[in-house]
Amino acid sequence: MPLLKPDPTFYPSPRLAMQAPPERYAFVAALNPPGNKLHDALLVVDVDPESRSCGQQVGEVTMPQFGDELHHFGWNACSSALCPYAPHPHVERRYLVVPGLRSSRIHIIDTKPNPRKPKIVKVIEPEEVFARTNYSRPHTIHCGPEGIYVSALGAPNGDGPGGIFMLDCETFEVLGQWEVNRGPQFLHYDFWWHLGFDTLLSSEWGTPNMIENGLQPDLLLGSKYGHQMHVWDLRRRRHVQALDLGNEQQMVLEMRPAHDPTKAYGFVGVVVSLKDLSASVWLWHRSNSAWDLKKVIEVPAEPADPEKLPPMLKDFKAVPPLMSDINLSLDDKFLYVSCWGTGEFLQYDVSDPFNPKKTGSVRIGGIVNRTPHPKKPDQPLAGGPQMVEVSRDAKRIYFTNSLYAAWDEQFYPDGVGSWMVKLDAGRDGGIAFDEDFFVESNDYRVHQVRLEGGDSSSDSFCFP
Amino acid sequence: MSGFWPWLAIFGLGIFHGINPAMGWLFAVALGLQEQKRAAVLRALPPIVLGHALSIGLIIAAVLVARISLPHRALKIAAAAILFAFGLYRLFRSRHPNWVGMRVGFGDLTLWSFIMASAHGAGLMLVPFFLGSPAAQFTHQVGSHNRHEHVSGFANFSTPSLLTASVAVHTLGYLLMTALVAILVYEKLGVGMLRRAWFNIDLVWMLALTFTGGFILFL
Repeated sequence: MPLLKPDPTFYPSPRLAMQAPPERYAFVAALNPPGNKLHDALLVVDVDPESRSCGQQVGEVTMPQFGDELHHFGWNACSSALCPYAPHPHVERRYLVVPGLRSSRIHIIDTKPNPRKPKIVKVIEPEEVFARTNYSRPHTIHCGPEGIYVSALGAPNGDGPGGIFMLDCETFEVLGQWEVNRGPQFLHYDFWWHLGFDTLLSSEWGTPNMIENGLQPDLLLGSKYGHQMHVWDLRRRRHVQALDLGNEQQMVLEMRPAHDPTKAYGFVGVVVSLKDLSASVWLWHRSNSAWDLKKVIEVPAEPADPEKLPPMLKDFKAVPPLMSDINLSLDDKFLYVSCWGTGEFLQYDVSDPFNPKKTGSVRIGGIVNRTPHPKKPDQPLAGGPQMVEVSRDAKRIYFTNSLYAAWDEQFYPDGVGSWMVKLDAGRDGGIAFDEDFFVESNDYRVHQVRLEGGDSSSDSFCFP
Repeated sequence: MSGFWPWLAIFGLGIFHGINPAMGWLFAVALGLQEQKRAAVLRALPPIVLGHALSIGLIIAAVLVARISLPHRALKIAAAAILFAFGLYRLFRSRHPNWVGMRVGFGDLTLWSFIMASAHGAGLMLVPFFLGSPAAQFTHQVGSHNRHEHVSGFANFSTPSLLTASVAVHTLGYLLMTALVAILVYEKLGVGMLRRAWFNIDLVWMLALTFTGGFILFL
C-alpha cells in the first residue's frame, strides 16, 4: 500500500540525511564457510547503545537453498524516490534485495513490522535471472530513479560480459538488461551515478570464471583483471567513455561518487598494483564535459617475513594492502579505506578531493600482524578490515572481515574467522574502536553491512 | 450552474495541478539548486507550463470534437468509463515513472511536463465541464432572470474559442501556483519541507478522477 506521507527515511539531500536518527539495527550478510553445510543467512545485529543487547546478534533469516554466497545487498527504495523528474516518494523502504553471488538467486526480505524478525517474501530463481537478463552473479544493488539496479559479474555461462539489470521496485519483477549500448565494456563489478549529471559509472573486477576458483596468479600477472572504469549516459543507457587506470592497476572495485549531486567527482579503489603491490584510490572528475582520472592516495605494501606469508605471497617478501572497500561520508568529507591484507583501516579528509589528507588509522587482523580487538586483546585475529559502512550522521563506522569465500582461503589459509567491529569518528577527524563492540560468529562469515533506515552507500540524492 | 463558476473551477483545478510536486515546481527547484541560480528556476517554468497546457488542451479538444459527433449520452458514458478506469488503475497500480534526467533543455522539459500531466490524467479531470450538450444553448429558458444560466456554463462559446479560453484559464492558475511554490521553496522553505508536507496527493488525485467519472453520469 502506498504511504500517505513520504517514507520518513527518505531525505531530499545528503545534508538533511545527516540529521537522521541513529540506526538501531545493522543487517549483515552471512555466508557459509566452505566445507560447512549451513545455508547462508541475513543476520540482524543490535547497534542501539541504549539497548541491553547492543553488539549482539538479535535476529537471523536463513536462505531457503544451500550455497548462495550472500555478498552485497540493498534496499528496494531510498531517497532517490524524491527525485523531481520521477517522484514516487510514497513507496516504503522496507525490503532488502539480497542476491546470492554464486547461486544467482535473489531473495526479497521484508524488514517490517519487526526488524528483528525479517522474513523472505519472494525468491527470484537463477533461471529467471538468466532468461530475462542473460546475466548471472548479481552483486551490487542500488535503488535509483528508474527502479532497482543490480550489477551482475557475467553471463550465465560464467564468461562476460557483465553488466546491469533492472528490477521493478514494487513487484520485484526482473525487467531485463539495463544497457542499450555497452560499447567496449566487458568486465564489470560496481556501479553508481551522478544523478545531477545523468551519468553512471562502472568498474571492473573479472568474469565469474576468472574469480570463482580463487584469484588466478597467471591472470593477475598478465594484467587480465579489470583496470578500467566506464562512463555511461544514465538517461540513454549508452557507453560514453572508457577510463584506463593502466594495465598494472588490477581490480578496480568500489565506487563512491560525491553524494552532493552538484559535484562531479568520486573515488574508486584499486586492489593491487603489479608494479609494487601497492593499493590506490583514484579520483574521477569532470573537466570540460569529459571525465578524467587522477591517483590521489597510494598505500604501499609492507615488507614481511616470508615465513608469515601465505604461499601466494612468499616470493614477494611483502604484504600487499589489498584495498578491497572504500566508503565516503554523506558530507563528502571523510573517505574510509579498508586494507584487507595489511589489516589497516584508514581515514582521509577529502574536503579537497584532489589532495586527501590522512586523518586516522587503526589496525585489526591482517595477514602478518593479526592485531587483536581491544575487547579481546589476547586473541589474534585473521581477516582484515573489509566491507565498511558509515552511519548517515558520519559518527559511526562498521566493518566486517571476510572478502570472498574462495579468496579468503588463499590469503588466510589457516581460516579467516568472522567478526564485525564498530569505530567512532571525531567531528574533525580521528577514529577509534568502540571497545565494547565486537561481534563474532562461529557459524558464518560476515560480509556487507546495511544500516536501518539507510547508510552512506545506500541512498542517492537529487538535491544538494 | 452560473456562467462564472465553471471558469473558476477550471482555474482552481489549475491551482490544484500546480501544487502537485510531480507536476513541475519541484523539477524547477531542483534545476535551480543544481545550477545554484534562481534564473534556472524561472527558465524551467515556460516549458513546464507549455507541456501541461498541451496535455490538457489535447484532452479538451478531444472532448469538444467528440461532442459534435457523438450522442450526448454515449459521450457521457464513455467519459465516465475512461475516468473511472484510469483513476482505479492509477490507484491500484501506479507504475514507476520512467524518466531519468536532470540535464534537460526546453524541449525535454516540455515533453516531460506533457508526459507527467498526461500520465496523471490532468486533462481528464476537466472533462465534466465540457460534456454539456451543444443543444443546451437552445433549451435556454426564455424569461430567465439570469442570462448565464445554462446546463453547461460553457454553452455560449464556439468550439475553438472555448478550447483556447479554457486552456488559458486553467494554465494561468497552474502557472501562478507552480511559480509561487517553486520560488517560495527555492528562496525560503528549502526542500526539507518535502519530508513533512508532501502528502500523497496522487491518492487524492486518483480518487478525484474516479469520483468525477461516477459524477458525470449524474450530470
